[in-house]
Amino acid sequence: MNRRHLLGLAAGFALALSSTPTLAQDKFIVVASTTSTEQSGLFGHILPAFTKKTGIQVRVVAQGTGQALKTGEQGNADVVFVHDPVAEQKFVDAGFGIDRRLVMYNDFVIVGPKSDPARVANTKDVVAAYKKIAAAKAPFASRGDSSGTHAAELRLWKEADIDVKTAGAGWYRETGSGMGPTLNTASGMNAYAFTDRGTWLSFKNRGDLVIAVQGDVRLFNQYGVMLVNPARHAHVKVAEGKAFMDWITSKEGQDAIATYKIEGEQLFFPNYKPGVNS
Amino acid sequence: MHARLSLLPLQLEDVGYSVNGQRLIGGITLRFEHGAPTLVLGPNGAGKSLLLRLCHSLIQPTTGKVSWLGPSGRNPQSRRFDQAMVFQKPVLLRRSVLENVEFPLKLRGLNATTRRDKAMAVLDRVGLAGLAQRPARVLSGGEQQRLALARAWALEPQILFLDEPSAALDPGATRQVEAIIESIAASGTKIVMTTHDLGQAKRLADDIIFLHRGSVAERTPSAEFFNQPHSDAARAFVQGDLTW
Amino acid sequence: MNTISEAFLLSLQMMAQLDPELLRIIGLSLRVSLTAVIIGSIIGLPLGALLALTRFPGRDACIVVLNACMGLPPVVVGLVVYLILSRSGPLGTLGWLFTPAGMVMAQVVLITPIVAALSRQTVADLWVEYEEQLRSLGLTPMKAIATLLWDGRYSLTTAVFAGFGRAIAEVGAIIIVGGNINGFTRTMTTAISLETSRGDLALAMALGIVLLAIAISINAAATAAGNAARRRQGA
Repeated sequence: MNRRHLLGLAAGFALALSSTPTLAQDKFIVVASTTSTEQSGLFGHILPAFTKKTGIQVRVVAQGTGQALKTGEQGNADVVFVHDPVAEQKFVDAGFGIDRRLVMYNDFVIVGPKSDPARVANTKDVVAAYKKIAAAKAPFASRGDSSGTHAAELRLWKEADIDVKTAGAGWYRETGSGMGPTLNTASGMNAYAFTDRGTWLSFKNRGDLVIAVQGDVRLFNQYGVMLVNPARHAHVKVAEGKAFMDWITSKEGQDAIATYKIEGEQLFFPNYKPGVNS
Repeated sequence: MHARLSLLPLQLEDVGYSVNGQRLIGGITLRFEHGAPTLVLGPNGAGKSLLLRLCHSLIQPTTGKVSWLGPSGRNPQSRRFDQAMVFQKPVLLRRSVLENVEFPLKLRGLNATTRRDKAMAVLDRVGLAGLAQRPARVLSGGEQQRLALARAWALEPQILFLDEPSAALDPGATRQVEAIIESIAASGTKIVMTTHDLGQAKRLADDIIFLHRGSVAERTPSAEFFNQPHSDAARAFVQGDLTW
Repeated sequence: MNTISEAFLLSLQMMAQLDPELLRIIGLSLRVSLTAVIIGSIIGLPLGALLALTRFPGRDACIVVLNACMGLPPVVVGLVVYLILSRSGPLGTLGWLFTPAGMVMAQVVLITPIVAALSRQTVADLWVEYEEQLRSLGLTPMKAIATLLWDGRYSLTTAVFAGFGRAIAEVGAIIIVGGNINGFTRTMTTAISLETSRGDLALAMALGIVLLAIAISINAAATAAGNAARRRQGA
């Protein structure tokens, strides 16, 4: 190989690098959202319609709710779309976000092995089910990652008056990871797990796991959307961000959410009501 | 190139070189002027290669002084560029024959055309013009050594140090190398060369420096050296009795 | 059901069909990693040569640190680059977070030490062979850097490919800095990570096989080209 060949090679690389059509896209927003919305495939279903209509590309960064809120707080996203009403309210109160709107809900379920060692199948009462799992010391995989799902799971343990930090020794396992990896862990060790229905329905590696507990009103999971406060971060794309929030709360957006189904089951239930926001 | 003020004479005063307190060479006082080739003889381990490296400033003496006494001897540029050395095992760059000769010319600031002309001319003189575009490392041993000589010759050095340049070559290649050395000497370059080949020394040398155990045993005109060496060590060496 | 055999079939199918989505992901992986390798080499090769050829106080410490940096945990690098590129961080105004440019930056940090440390060794070995000759020709060690890098080019490809291997296989840093955004910053490795967390182990594995096939092809092609050139050169 002589110098000329090498130059040719370098030119080839340069050419390969210059062909980056996605980089040229200038109309876009960054939405910090949760793994449950991204991994369930909801965004893949609804976003093309929005982009087609407005020409705005939506870049979804899927994180846990805690991390997504942090991303917004630091100004690394334009819009935050998460599911932890308590944390969201704090976020707005602290001035990190504005114009919070309720968009949709789904629900949580408890999944567990078919053999059901804690005998919780067909229990509607989630708190009672938690007590049985604790009493049986049946393996339970928790996300342990400060996500919205993790926060909801912990609130219910508290309601059941069980302190998993002390009483959970030997059976309560924190995976410290997202919903999917936690379900992989639960599937691997035949443990119970607390998950949102969307992730569960799109989850493929179920092994022996089935839904054990569902239908309790306390398993209700509300999603909210809010704009990162442009007063704190001047670069926030207010017009484009608002356009997205307007669209997802419009009839068209709400219908798009309602029509997303996996195996015939609806995953998310739109529930935006004008005037009901903070 | 540049105005050719003389770098020579080269003066070594009581030069010594030790490693970890062990003296490898010592008490060397020598002077090299312009003129016909000087050959350095001596058994293995006498310090011949070391002497050339000290002269060429590849290593610094631990005692004594190496100095260039000519008018340009105080010019660092001249000290770097007006001398050259060819090693027993030629070190060729992983490039073409032509590029090997051009490389040091570029370093001396010559423009591309001058470099090419000079390099081609010298390759022609050593019989390698036809191989100019070949990768240097695929040449035969003899061709490699001729290339190394050509590269040094192209620099038109005032003094050229040659460290056993034909030690690894067959008789045919050795003759070619000797012919090139004679041409370089004839073009006005002072040759200082080591060899262990007495025939070669007889053919090329004007005077002989005989090293023994790290010291200069004698420095004698060539004819005299081979007829009646002054030192016992040199006598034994010429008769083939001295092997270390 | 055997996930591994299913994955093999799926990967063959993928490579046969060349789905545009898959092509885009492969394209981004290659673009990010190749750019990072080029930049990492432009920095790392001279740095390695400099450390090989110069002597200065603290040089040994530099080499120890450099060698240790070959094993930098990608997650840590990802986090540090994230914080630097964050809007609240020192380079926030670049707007590189969650973009391919940010991913390139993270990978440059990861692979520059690898290229530098490996090229330092190569250049040091070459210097043993060349030192006397180059000094005789009038080169100072600093001026010898370019010469040695050029003459060591065949051996140095090993250092460059080690860097490329690290970049193309790495997920920890780019998933943090890039955000694994569908259609924008999703690469082979972050897609594998995503499919694993969705429990689609066969798809994840199939993507892994495709990634491996690409890495092997690139290395094989480069090795073949290098060997042919090396033979011609007698190096």
